Amino acid sequence: MAKVTLKSVKKNYGPVKAIHGVDMEIADGEFIVIVGPSGCGKSTLLRMIAGLEAITEGEIVIGDRVVNDIEPADRDIAMVFQNYALYPHMSVHQNMSYGLRIRGMDKANIEKRVQRAAEILQLQPYLQRKPRELSGGQRQRVAMGRAIVREPSVFLFDEPLSNLDAKLRVQMRLEIKRLHQQLGVTSIYVTHDQVEAMTLADRLVVMNQGRADQIGSPFDVYGNPATTYVGGFIGSPAMNFLSCRVETGTGGPKAVLADGTALMLPAEWTPPAGNYTIGIRPETMRIARPGETAQLHLNVDVAEELGADTLLHGKLGDEDLVARVPSHAGYHDHSRPGLMIDIARAHLFDPESGLRIAL
Amino acid sequence: MEKRVVFQNRYLPYLLIAPQIAITIVFFFWPASQAVVQSVLREDAFGTRSYFVGMENFLALFEDEYYLNSFKITALFSTLVTTIGLSLSLLLAVTADRLVRGTTAYKTLLIWPYAVAPAVAGALWGFVFLPGPGIFAWLLLQAGVDWNFHLNGNQAMFVVVVAATWKQISYNFLFFLAGLQSIPKSLIEAAAIDGAGPIRRFWSVVFPLLSPTLFFLVVVNVVYAFFETFGVIHSLTRGGPAKSTEILVYKVWYDGFEAQDLGGSAAQSVILMAIVIGLTVIQFRYIERKVHY
Ligand SMILES: Nc1ncnc2c1ncn2[C@@H]1O[C@H](COP(=O)(O)OP(=O)(O)OP(=O)(O)O)[C@@H](O)[C@H]1O
Ligand SMILES: [Mg+2]
Repeated sequence: MAKVTLKSVKKNYGPVKAIHGVDMEIADGEFIVIVGPSGCGKSTLLRMIAGLEAITEGEIVIGDRVVNDIEPADRDIAMVFQNYALYPHMSVHQNMSYGLRIRGMDKANIEKRVQRAAEILQLQPYLQRKPRELSGGQRQRVAMGRAIVREPSVFLFDEPLSNLDAKLRVQMRLEIKRLHQQLGVTSIYVTHDQVEAMTLADRLVVMNQGRADQIGSPFDVYGNPATTYVGGFIGSPAMNFLSCRVETGTGGPKAVLADGTALMLPAEWTPPAGNYTIGIRPETMRIARPGETAQLHLNVDVAEELGADTLLHGKLGDEDLVARVPSHAGYHDHSRPGLMIDIARAHLFDPESGLRIAL
Repeated sequence: MEKRVVFQNRYLPYLLIAPQIAITIVFFFWPASQAVVQSVLREDAFGTRSYFVGMENFLALFEDEYYLNSFKITALFSTLVTTIGLSLSLLLAVTADRLVRGTTAYKTLLIWPYAVAPAVAGALWGFVFLPGPGIFAWLLLQAGVDWNFHLNGNQAMFVVVVAATWKQISYNFLFFLAGLQSIPKSLIEAAAIDGAGPIRRFWSVVFPLLSPTLFFLVVVNVVYAFFETFGVIHSLTRGGPAKSTEILVYKVWYDGFEAQDLGGSAAQSVILMAIVIGLTVIQFRYIERKVHY
């Protein structure tokens, strides 16, 4: 077990800059999830930690060793690949024991570790099978078993669940979580699935085009997104972004939206007057009760029925807005409900840089 | 790994394979059947009449010392061509696979020998090894070797093996390279993380995964060495000196067309046919199962 430190790590592929400088401190035993859209550099970052990609600039420390020039085999890490990368010509047992055999461990010990891993992952009945004789979920478990038997100080996962169907993914997600609680090994997990990210992570790293926009607990990242990018990426449906003008005056600060709607901001907010982007999560809105004066009226184009909730997609002026309301509210396409906003949970962002304004 | 195409029209599949069937019938089944017929006939001294002799042609063959010798020569020749050819091309393919730059140039250059006709390849290597002007011959002479492959049987074998192997390397190379490139990179990376060095990775991961390719190439190369090297041998040594490079297929041609023993020649080709059918069946039946994972 070890802590992992990244110090302004950069990666260039020739002229292409894939990672622009990432700093990160991962504590011993922590479960870190790196999340971001396709092409943002998640895999690249993970592969640099694994030693499969050279580090252009900066430093990676695992335990107390700078590993920049250390071979993958000697970094004391194990990796689970997206396509599992099982050796097709070896049985499950051989797949799991390969690394141990190479390291010259004695037979009895190998057997003990393989049996233990097989037990944890419920792979005992399949030890003599070849990977092609296994289902996707079983292959995935073998890949994890191969990592476990090595008893490394860091586990690296590159989208290990993305080839599984939705149901199995949920199940394996739980299993990974359980495994981490059981073994307590420092884990770095790459995914583009925000549900996986939110549920697994002790801390999340939200990547945006080669940068880490925010590093924090899932709760923190969801509740206080550092940038409009993070706000838009974490949460489903995405946070609404509306341009507004903040006016301060008697009666407290208020945000005037493009269509003229004025929203009273909490009195303790003291942003200087000017132009902002206001971020409002769909789930922080509700239908105005009878007798309440609605804060805004939404022209609903499409009401998307999800079962428990309904998503009301509409326009405010020419900006899109989505509200998530309980289905029993009974709104449908082309209705015009009055909405209330839990304004204390909204955020102001700088319209240019996208950075959240501390209030 | 079976891939099946389902055709809507039931005649279309037959239509599509018709050209191949026609070619096979005209150039394989018909000559093969002629050979079988011919092998039980003997012509009289003037070549005007032939009569049925049963198995006599075959029996005569097995008393022919040269024929038995030709077996040994063929075995040696095809083993050498196959093993040397496959080892060298695997080495080249592994090198090409590791190249980052210049892969295309490297590949293009390696493919050229395949485009050279067997007779031309033979002539080419004939020049290179020709005592006197040949550059390799000259080098060998400098090194103190008494070089003349027109007189020395072992040297003649060496030259035909070199020429035949050289010609087949491109083909093997292409298949090996394709095989190497179809191995997912993540497998190699997984092995690297598991602690295997490059050599260990090659033998414990890459090589086993190449075994279907290797198996296929062994079959192709053996068949090549048996049959398609006629042109190389004809242009280099004509089976000589003293029949030291007379492989089975060359003897078939020689006995039939030079020595005018059509019956004996036909009997030989029937045996040759049986050998190849046997080899192929054995290889596909028993080995294929083991190499497909
Ligand atoms: N070998 C390479 N050569 C050049 N550019 C590369 C190479 N590998 C990755 N890149 C680039 O680096 C960027 C980051 O790639 P990376 O594979 O890390 O993305 P990712 O976040 O893992 O995406 P995904 O979710 O699709 O796996 C991409 O823009 C990609 O085009
Ligand atoms: Mg990736």
